[in-house]
Amino acid sequence: MNPKKIKYIFKQAFKSMWRNRMMGAASIGSVTAVLIILGFVLIVVLNVNNMAMVAKETFDQIAVYIAEGVDEDQIEEMGKAFREIDGVMAVAFQTKDYALESVKKDWGEDAILLQDLRNNPFPDTYIVQLTDVSKADEVIAKLQTFEGVERVRYYQDAVNTLIKLADFVKRFGAGITIVLLLISVFIISNTIKITVLSRQREIELMQYIGATNGYVRGPLILEGIMLGLLGSLVAILLIMLGYSYTINYLAGRYVALISGMSGYLVGVEMVLDDLIIIFMTIGVGIGILGSLVSLKKFLSI
Amino acid sequence: MIEFSHVTKIYKKTFTAVKDINLKIDKGEFIFIVGKSGAGKSTLIKLLLREISPTQGIITYNNQDINKIRKRSLAEYRRKIGFIFQDYRLLPKLTVYENVAFAMEMICAPSKNIRREVPLVLSMVGLSDKAKYYPDELSGGEQQRVAIARAIINKPETVIADEPTGNLDLETSKEIMKILAEINRRGTTVIMATHDREIVNFFQKRVIELKSGIIIRDTRTGGYEDEPEED
Repeated sequence: MNPKKIKYIFKQAFKSMWRNRMMGAASIGSVTAVLIILGFVLIVVLNVNNMAMVAKETFDQIAVYIAEGVDEDQIEEMGKAFREIDGVMAVAFQTKDYALESVKKDWGEDAILLQDLRNNPFPDTYIVQLTDVSKADEVIAKLQTFEGVERVRYYQDAVNTLIKLADFVKRFGAGITIVLLLISVFIISNTIKITVLSRQREIELMQYIGATNGYVRGPLILEGIMLGLLGSLVAILLIMLGYSYTINYLAGRYVALISGMSGYLVGVEMVLDDLIIIFMTIGVGIGILGSLVSLKKFLSI
Repeated sequence: MIEFSHVTKIYKKTFTAVKDINLKIDKGEFIFIVGKSGAGKSTLIKLLLREISPTQGIITYNNQDINKIRKRSLAEYRRKIGFIFQDYRLLPKLTVYENVAFAMEMICAPSKNIRREVPLVLSMVGLSDKAKYYPDELSGGEQQRVAIARAIINKPETVIADEPTGNLDLETSKEIMKILAEINRRGTTVIMATHDREIVNFFQKRVIELKSGIIIRDTRTGGYEDEPEED
């Protein structure tokens, strides 16, 4: 491609974008909207999956809370009985004091908040390790029949819920993203249509002259690409600002409650590179598609 | 070189624009296509430019069925034909020189060739001294001469003009015709649609007359005076 042609293509594309800036802004806005929704979905799914994974590693076990007032002998008996249950690999006892201490340790300086507690709110707990996750339901059912067991918590349930949630967000997000994607393509194709109409005489003339395809289509496709690219850049900026703000906000506010948060949430810098590539690709893709739809319809001569 | 065989074009399934056209045009001919507006002149030209496709029949150019040309090769085909419009279609923001050079740029001609060819063609149409003018600073006849220069700059085999003198007075029209005749004399086939009787009678070239989409006359050299009720 010669420099003259490139210059012509860029000049025409920029001229049209400027002349047609309201529609251009709408196009950029629509691409940004699609990508922000998509980015939101991606980030939520990524985080939920991450949480589920971390949770799985940490909580591949059953916690049996012992009711208040059960005496030590009874507790020991229970432990022995638990070991007998089919599917149980190991049983470990955790006193309520240990639970409180470990929370205090986790909270660090914020542990001051716990200083005024008159009673230890944590229960004595048996941690039951399973031989096989598939036996979880069976074991839980048996554990619940014991007297003195206040509650049985199996974190695999929470993990499953998280995975289900991620799945739901994925499906829902994919649906919305596809609809918005189509809307964006439509809006961009309309913008390009307006460009074609406003340059109709010139474009027709070019077709009569037998202008090379690059001259006729180049500026129109470039315009679509630029709109898509600008939309994706705005989306990247907004998502990154929004995400880092959210993380900082959560970290600042709930540091005491979820001190291990950094492990659960995926950091901005972790997703930045991928997100930039995904967004720019989709943005440019929407732009090209919008242009092509319009060209097919309106370059009729 | 150009051949229409049994060409029919029906618009929207109901309106027959041209019917069973059989026509042979040799290289180097000068042809007037005459008839009232609505007789089918424009349809014939659009068919030849492959702006539209015939409902029936075959149109060949250099023995190639033009309706079998792929879309991507269409530009190449159109370069064989220089087209002149009734309303000139100059780009208003470009000078005379730039308007003509535009046609060369669009087919990626080297700058060197553009700088060499454009002045030559402008001098042929007698506009050397107006190269830096803008279209709205020119008279109608001058604008049409720029359009002719643009049509021939890429050395097409055929020039098609659709009512090129339609917006011009007789004297100016004759100047335009002289240029077209000169182009033809240099070997280019010229096909001109018109309903300007005086022009046709003055030049005495081959005349194809259309009426209601049918060729009613094809005279080797002749005038266009048979139908006095023409406007």
